[in-house]
Amino acid sequence: MALGALATAALFVTIVSATLFGTANIGPLDVISTILRHVGLGAIAPTEPLPRLLDALIWESRVPRVLLAGAVGMALTVAGAVLQSVTRNPLADPYLLGVSSGASTGAVAVLLLGIGGGSLSLSTGAFAGALISFGVLLVLIGGGRVANPARVVLTGVLVSQFFAAITSVILMINGDANSTRGFTYWLLGSLAGARWQLVGVTAVLILVGVVAIQFFAPALDAFTFGWDSAAALGINVRAARVWLLVLTAAITAAAVAASGAIGFIGLLVPHAVRIVAGSMHRTLLPVTALVGAVFLIWIDTFARTAFAPNELPVGVITALLGAPAFALVLRRVNS
Amino acid sequence: MGHIAAVGISWSVKQSRLLDSVDLDAHDGQVVGLLGPNGSGKTTLLRLLAGLRRPDAGTVHYDDTDLRDFARRTLARRLAVVEQDISTSDTLTVRQVVELGRTPFRGRFDALTDADEQIIDSALEQADVADKQHRSWHTLSGGEKQRAQLARALAQQPREILLDEPTNHLDIRHQLDLLELLRSLGVTCVIALHDLNLAAQYCDHLVVLDHGRVAAAGRPSVVLTPDLVRTVYDVDALIDHEPTTGTIRITYRSARKRTNSGIGTPPVSADT
Repeated sequence: MALGALATAALFVTIVSATLFGTANIGPLDVISTILRHVGLGAIAPTEPLPRLLDALIWESRVPRVLLAGAVGMALTVAGAVLQSVTRNPLADPYLLGVSSGASTGAVAVLLLGIGGGSLSLSTGAFAGALISFGVLLVLIGGGRVANPARVVLTGVLVSQFFAAITSVILMINGDANSTRGFTYWLLGSLAGARWQLVGVTAVLILVGVVAIQFFAPALDAFTFGWDSAAALGINVRAARVWLLVLTAAITAAAVAASGAIGFIGLLVPHAVRIVAGSMHRTLLPVTALVGAVFLIWIDTFARTAFAPNELPVGVITALLGAPAFALVLRRVNS
Repeated sequence: MGHIAAVGISWSVKQSRLLDSVDLDAHDGQVVGLLGPNGSGKTTLLRLLAGLRRPDAGTVHYDDTDLRDFARRTLARRLAVVEQDISTSDTLTVRQVVELGRTPFRGRFDALTDADEQIIDSALEQADVADKQHRSWHTLSGGEKQRAQLARALAQQPREILLDEPTNHLDIRHQLDLLELLRSLGVTCVIALHDLNLAAQYCDHLVVLDHGRVAAAGRPSVVLTPDLVRTVYDVDALIDHEPTTGTIRITYRSARKRTNSGIGTPPVSADT
């Protein structure tokens, strides 16, 4: 409980303070005033309104971007924690298992091939792609019966590479130089596309998904010693697994559709949280969600400000941090 | 308390029959030993009794209720299962493992009640792992893991327990402790065992499986004969009574020289 309160407070402080950072030089009080005005608390705003352009910069760009980073961070880390339990594999991560890759393929297919005749959105494509790649992965690892972590990860690499290849083919054949460049950037993972409409849809999907997953925390705990053992503890294993996989695919797809493929935080954050909060999912899931949100907000704040005016794709930074973390977890798995 | 009645249980995988019309009855706190060589169907039978697999034929009743009529959760409130494979990659403490035993009694968002904590405490105590409750699962020895799993099963406060070779990693003292504990609980137990002497000493009733069929069933003194040990295990044994207590004592002579009789029999999957 104390941990949860602490993490909630950290998320709140993070959201507020991350909006203070940016390439444009705007004072903290001005930023706070702007936000207060937009949420209908203009009466207590400490400073005069900013010029229109700066006002838009904060309210239309920074704030939605911070919120999107929070939602995406929440989704990818919770997805990682769930996959680690459902596949009984500490190395599971939506990116490593190819779910992000499948989502990318789906998004590209809708956007460039016109599948669905324009009636489908990029998010729908990403969602379908995530489900399909997840399905392929599950078939290849026997629905989670394969317990050998190395084999699960290698299967994920295989699925990931396969879908990445399809994405490349679609891009090369149908994309013009501009869309290819934009997409390459998106594939690396970036939150630069954050706008209110996108944030709204994404955040609602992710919040609903993350809360729904919390319902299955007892099942995830019971999975500790395998399916039979969970069933013997009274868990309806089949239903729990199907729901968890669908929900995980859904929040992953929502995150990837909004931000591209941001890797490794699904591995990094849950394992770090386990060290502090333990492995029981009733605690692990909510704390992971909050820490994941805080973590990605700060990573993205760094990505957009550290090398201004250039911006790093946030996926590049998570990979820089995540790959060594992966190596550490791998060592522990083998020992 | 607790009554398990299995009648005419058969089960096949890919044309090969792993269990053939097996009957088993355990009631009123009996400890029923399930014997048989590797691959004779002990683990399979336990899974079917636990409702983890559906038999092709036959029925299992718990008291007067058909196994098929139990909701998973209701069954888990009376029946605990201690499996052989108890590996995990998660980093749980022993106490958290034992907490899992309260799963069928807890709501999705309920914290553990004081009553739950007391039940967990006494389960840890009974299985002799209370001093290790804060240790991480990975740091335990094989025997400590088995005892922790037993504690988890006890935390379910079961009327019946199914145990699959729970003694195979335990040292002699803990083997005896475990079997004595099971006897003292008054819980009806079906326990797969390899050690015939332990079975003779602690079980009220034995069911011996051979190639998926019941080769013999009854009181240990009736079931355990040199003939049975020779036909089922292919081992010559001397069987007498231990002079002070009168319990059956089995002394193995030697593994019989392998004959060709083993070759024509259908392959049976590994007993794990």
